Amino acid sequence: MSTATASETRSDFRVCPTTGLKVHKDADALMKANAVVATVCLLVGGIAAILVLLTRWQAVHLLDAVMFYRVLTIHGMNMLIFFILFFEMAVLYFASAVVLNSRVATPKVGWIAFGLMVFGTLMVEWTMFTGKADVLFTSYVPLKAHPAFYGGVILFAVGAILVTCIFFATLVIAKREKTYSGSVPLVTFGGITAAIIAAITLAHGAAIYIPTFFWSMGMGNVDPQIYRLVWWGLGHSSQQINMAAMVSIWYLLGALTVGAVVVNEKISRTAFVLYILFISMASAHHLLVDPGFGPAWKVVNTSYFMYMAVLASMLHGFTVPAGIEMGMRLRGYTQGMFGWLRRAPWGDPGFSSLWLSVVIFGFVGGITGVTFGTEQINIIAHNTLRIPGHFHATVVSGTAMAFMGLTYYVIPLIFRKKVSFYGMARWQPYVFSIGMLIFSLSMTFAGTFGVPRRHWDITFAGAPFDVAYSSAVPLMLGIMAVGGLIAAVGGGMYILITVWSVFLASRSGTTARMQPSRGRCLRASTTDPSSNSPMSRWNSRSTARWE
Amino acid sequence: MHHTGVTSPKGVWWTPAHKSEKVWATMAFTWCMVLFAMMPLWHFRGGQNPSGIRSRVEIADYRARTQQFIADYQVRTENGMPVVAPPPGSDVYLLGSMWQWTPILELEQGVEYTLHLSSVDVNHGFNLYPFNVNFQVVPGYDYGLRVTPSEAGDYRIVCNEFCGVGHHLMVGKVIVTGSGVTSAVAPNAAPAPGGNQ
Repeated sequence: MSTATASETRSDFRVCPTTGLKVHKDADALMKANAVVATVCLLVGGIAAILVLLTRWQAVHLLDAVMFYRVLTIHGMNMLIFFILFFEMAVLYFASAVVLNSRVATPKVGWIAFGLMVFGTLMVEWTMFTGKADVLFTSYVPLKAHPAFYGGVILFAVGAILVTCIFFATLVIAKREKTYSGSVPLVTFGGITAAIIAAITLAHGAAIYIPTFFWSMGMGNVDPQIYRLVWWGLGHSSQQINMAAMVSIWYLLGALTVGAVVVNEKISRTAFVLYILFISMASAHHLLVDPGFGPAWKVVNTSYFMYMAVLASMLHGFTVPAGIEMGMRLRGYTQGMFGWLRRAPWGDPGFSSLWLSVVIFGFVGGITGVTFGTEQINIIAHNTLRIPGHFHATVVSGTAMAFMGLTYYVIPLIFRKKVSFYGMARWQPYVFSIGMLIFSLSMTFAGTFGVPRRHWDITFAGAPFDVAYSSAVPLMLGIMAVGGLIAAVGGGMYILITVWSVFLASRSGTTARMQPSRGRCLRASTTDPSSNSPMSRWNSRSTARWE
Repeated sequence: MHHTGVTSPKGVWWTPAHKSEKVWATMAFTWCMVLFAMMPLWHFRGGQNPSGIRSRVEIADYRARTQQFIADYQVRTENGMPVVAPPPGSDVYLLGSMWQWTPILELEQGVEYTLHLSSVDVNHGFNLYPFNVNFQVVPGYDYGLRVTPSEAGDYRIVCNEFCGVGHHLMVGKVIVTGSGVTSAVAPNAAPAPGGNQ
């Protein structure tokens, strides 16, 4: 009986010819479904982004006030919640089942979770598109939306909690069925970090959206300040799920593109644990200029707790490039101090995405974020354009860029399709990332003049008193628009490439064919998949040379 | 013993870090410690703090206080809005509502006031133009900030928290009168740790 089950189970796997990893059919299907919905949400959020951008570009000022706030709500929810979390669900299946060569625990529950998330998303989209939820992403009480808005978010969150549970259950199964030996790989460890933060985050989400749901139907009351406190336990912590997932993807892409090694497991894993311990309380930096909390509470939460999470990011910011350098050197790129960097596969979109994500997340997103988290600096940054300037550098140039880079490997590994328009794909990370960099920097500069975020008309036409910003502001907003449009072109390239590859291009056979990047790093064999793939080459090297 | 992030490490991986990693971790940790020290240091030594007198307040009470404040110290009207010139050192009430700031304030340069901020409906954002000083205004909470106008002039209060479709119309006004020494410093929320409740 048990052997029959075992053999059945074995036939449910296929071996990925490029990585040598075993992919279970349920993991395969669940990852595909989540990734496809994520891309659709990215498209909706991206179109909304262009409309918002063309309205904030005061020279164009496209939408009217009602539509502006509605489209801004659609942009925020689709990008920060739906796109990112659907993609992360796929990452959780990958980090557990695929990396550990395991089957997925309770795939049926996986599909129920997927259904709940899609249904919740559709409820929220319906309320937003029909003008029943013009409350923006944060939906600060007592701004009130239709109950279906909160209900949709709750159903979506329940689905995400279920996937998190499946992730942990899959880890247990993999351990019990001995699908791997030793400790879990670092990428899975990062996935565990993301999943634990997700559990904390979703608990905050339940604690605030459930009372708000009842309040929206006229039952009970929700204190506006308590709402801001608990909501940011969700709103900021969810960005830490993104960050933990992104850092895992940095390690993953390093491994896939250039065979980056883990310099020291202790350092990298300790850094992940620091995220878990300190990041939730650090959400307090959103409340630095709020009336409800004292200075001691603000200082403790935003200095002691936040800086320990910052330390974690600084450690990863060192170990990821260091691992790439060591990997490149071990593979023979040893000339000079920077030969490994010069000869890195800059034309491989997976590698360029990884590198751009690390640099812009750290230097632009990280530095602005840490400074705004200071009591006094927050006074001159709160609710100005400096804030979206910061988080577009983290969430878009950092997280979304890393996700996009991973997609160029998901298409051949999981969808088993060739990446279409590969020449365009080589350019896509640069176009997207440089556009976002121009966008973030000019937005931040405009914010230093006090220009408010989430504002339809900064010429204040019709207001009782005139406000005239510095003449630098229209210039900065113009540059911001140009950067944003360049990034939108990059985003469009990404969607075109992924949709075309997955749905319109022909199947690349059973072989996951990765296109060569300047002929060096990832020349996957299309003829002999099992023995000559890059990963297995590295693995054999690791036994032959690295040990 | 090198392996990638998708390979299971075998045996004990709690091993000493490479020297370069130790150096970097020490530098990063030291920098974080500097930041740790700076935040409380700036709180006590810096000229601007977001702390103040904080209390819950009934919305009706806050509205009544503001109306009493207007009745006591109104000097004229401008654009149909009361202009209020409170005596030096007094409590000043500013009320945010969809979509206006009530009343217009006329303050004296170089004098400390306690500026109370609250809302009677949804969240609003206090942004002093052109100085770029920002505070969150939350209904049901009274945020009392000790401020000293440092420069005479004509200022605006821009709402920078989304408060509905008329959000962009929500602009208030502060006039600071008086000549004498001017400084280029923004109105200060004076550091008064003793006064924090």
